[in-house]
This record gives sequence, structure tokens and C-alpha cells, in this order.
Amino acid sequence: MANETAKSLTAKPAIVEPEYPVTAMGVGALVAGWLIPGLGHIIQKRWIRGLLIFVSVLTMFFFGLGMEGKIYTFNTGDLLEILGFLGNIGAGALYFLARVQEWGQGNIHRALADYGTKFIIVAGLLNVISAIDAYHIGIGKKK
Amino acid sequence: MNIELSHFSAALLFALCASVVFGITQKNAPKEMMQYGVKCFGMFFGGVIVASWIMWLLKH
Repeated sequence: MANETAKSLTAKPAIVEPEYPVTAMGVGALVAGWLIPGLGHIIQKRWIRGLLIFVSVLTMFFFGLGMEGKIYTFNTGDLLEILGFLGNIGAGALYFLARVQEWGQGNIHRALADYGTKFIIVAGLLNVISAIDAYHIGIGKKK
Repeated sequence: MNIELSHFSAALLFALCASVVFGITQKNAPKEMMQYGVKCFGMFFGGVIVASWIMWLLKH
């Protein structure tokens, strides 16, 4: 009994994370932010953040294409190719635009083209981070 | 459209764009975002310089 009392006195209070229910704005911002970089922030009136994300992601994506980076297509082959595709598709509408226009054929004879491939993948990954950030703003987890 | 960048300028462009997004997404207040973005850029830039010196030393 005394032991239990002593334990309860010394035990640290449990940290309870507040719950953030899924909201329509959160989901809308997530999808919008994924499709168009920065749009998830812009629809929530975070104009400057949205604009900076838009410029950053587009700059990386188009510089990657300009360096003759490769756009991956859906595949079930090599693990790195699958991961490349997942990174690419993070860019949302930019990925589909590039596929429709047949951009990003790659160039194995040029070292810079490999950097370009990485630029395109990272642009997609940064866009995913931004879309999730917009979701957090939408559900009230972040200001 | 072909873009010609040196390895160094490509690394700096990468650092700039990534730092902007990291700053915005990882912090809450605008001032903290700026500070974190600058810190990330500095870390990227420093990493490039250190890595290039290590490669130079390995080569020589």
C-alpha cells in the first residue's frame, strides 16, 4: 500500500497529446497541396508560405528537367526505380504534366542528368512534406 | 532546354530550395522559420565544403 502511494507520488504525469479530428479543410489542403505545390497553404490564406513553396518546388522540378533528369514511370522492377517513381509522383500535377509532355527522358551520357533526376525526386518529396504541413494547418495542429 | 550548372551551383540551388521548404514546414512562428531555414542552408553549405575537402584529401 505504502509502496503504491510512493510510486504514484514519484510517477511522472502522462503527457496526453490533444486530438485533432480530420476536417474537410485538412483533407482539401492535403490534396490541393499535393496537386499544386503551395496551394494547400494558399487556400488557408498562408500566402507567403504558399508562394515560397510553389517557387521552391517548381524551381527544383524544372531545373531537374533542364538538367535532363529522368522521370520514372510506374514499375514493379528494381527497388530504386520504384522509389524513384514514388518520389516523382509526390510532385502531383507536375508529374502528370511531365508524363503527358514526355519530358524527363534522362540522359545516361551526362553526369549532370543524374543530379537532375535527384532534383526531380526531391522536388516531389518536398511537395509531400508541404502538403502534410498544409494538412496540419487545416486540422488546427499548426498555426 | 538544357541547363548547365556546376556541381557546386547545383548543390547551392538544392540547398536553397530545400531550406526554404524545411523552414516553412518544420517550425511554427515566422521568425523561427527564418532561423531554421538559414540554419539548414548553412548546414547544407557547410556539408558541401567539408565533403569537398574530404574528397580532395582522399584524392591527394
